[in-house]
Amino acid sequence: MTQIQELTIQLGQVNYEGHTFNCLPIHGEQEVLQVIVSELDAMPIFVTITETQILCITYLCKQAEIQPGRMADLNKTMLELNVAMPLSSFAIVEDYYVVFGAMATSSNFDDICRELITLASNAYDALEALEEYLV
Amino acid sequence: MSVLNKIWTALRGGVREMGDAIVDSNGIRIFEQEIIDAKNSIQQAKTNLTEVMARKMQAERKVSKLVEDIRTHEGYAGKALDQGDEALALEVAGKIATFEADKREQDAIVARLTGQVEQLKAHIKKAEKLIADHERELSIVRTTESVQKATEQVVENVAANNSSLNTARESLERIKARQEMKQDQLEAGELLDKEFAGNDLDNKLEEAGIKGEAASAADILARIKAGKQ
Repeated sequence: MTQIQELTIQLGQVNYEGHTFNCLPIHGEQEVLQVIVSELDAMPIFVTITETQILCITYLCKQAEIQPGRMADLNKTMLELNVAMPLSSFAIVEDYYVVFGAMATSSNFDDICRELITLASNAYDALEALEEYLV
Repeated sequence: MSVLNKIWTALRGGVREMGDAIVDSNGIRIFEQEIIDAKNSIQQAKTNLTEVMARKMQAERKVSKLVEDIRTHEGYAGKALDQGDEALALEVAGKIATFEADKREQDAIVARLTGQVEQLKAHIKKAEKLIADHERELSIVRTTESVQKATEQVVENVAANNSSLNTARESLERIKARQEMKQDQLEAGELLDKEFAGNDLDNKLEEAGIKGEAASAADILARIKAGKQ
């Protein structure tokens, strides 16, 4: 059983600090697990496990959704907010602005639950901070 | 150019369309081969190192043996001189000269082998650093690849389900709708609480006989009797 499959089963059964996790594996060359955290369900999280890391990513928006003239401004804001944002960081993947958390593959299950909830909450906050930059 | 720089350049240049791998699989294979080569070269260098070190130890043993021989023969020569046997002393001195020539030769060998040991150690260190660097870079490339693939699959998957990844506006609307719902629920709850609290007050007032519309049977009978009169 892959680590993702194990995680899917574990997440499906747990109630962590009042949150449950709705998991949907996305099959393909790269195993991806979509996780929706209850109460924070507007921002699905996509979990990928690589050789060295467990990566949890939420896709905030496409770069095209940002007012063209304010992109640099937004990038700077994100860099400034990055350190203060607990456990998560901003990044750009393909065309998307994302918030992500990277964990060691040796992280325990509780840490992963905490990461998922924190990441979803951060994504909510990030979206709100992003609102004024949207087209 | 480091792998990170390559990735940055590729991203900045915007040359990539979605789906193009940043570093092609050929590049990764070359990388992996370099790691394997470096590991082999370390193995070879370590074998050489033990050989060279063994030879150095042999040479060093020879040197100390010669130093000893020289010392004892110097003793012999001294004794021969003490006995006034100049010829014998000269013969011993000739022997010492051979020992010293041998020792110079062995000293040179030791020096050369010491140099080789250092060279091999430096070589191993360099190869180990190269491996560590390559493995880290390979992990960067692989992670980048994984994230790209994951993103593509996510995009494809939601497209297959006749939806797309939410735009930020849609997400925000959902969040706001959710929050409003929560707020409404909260207010409804408060309203209910108030109502219940109100009923409670009515009950208390009734109990205290201050307020009460429910007339007692006795009151009603009294009213009927009053009507008959």
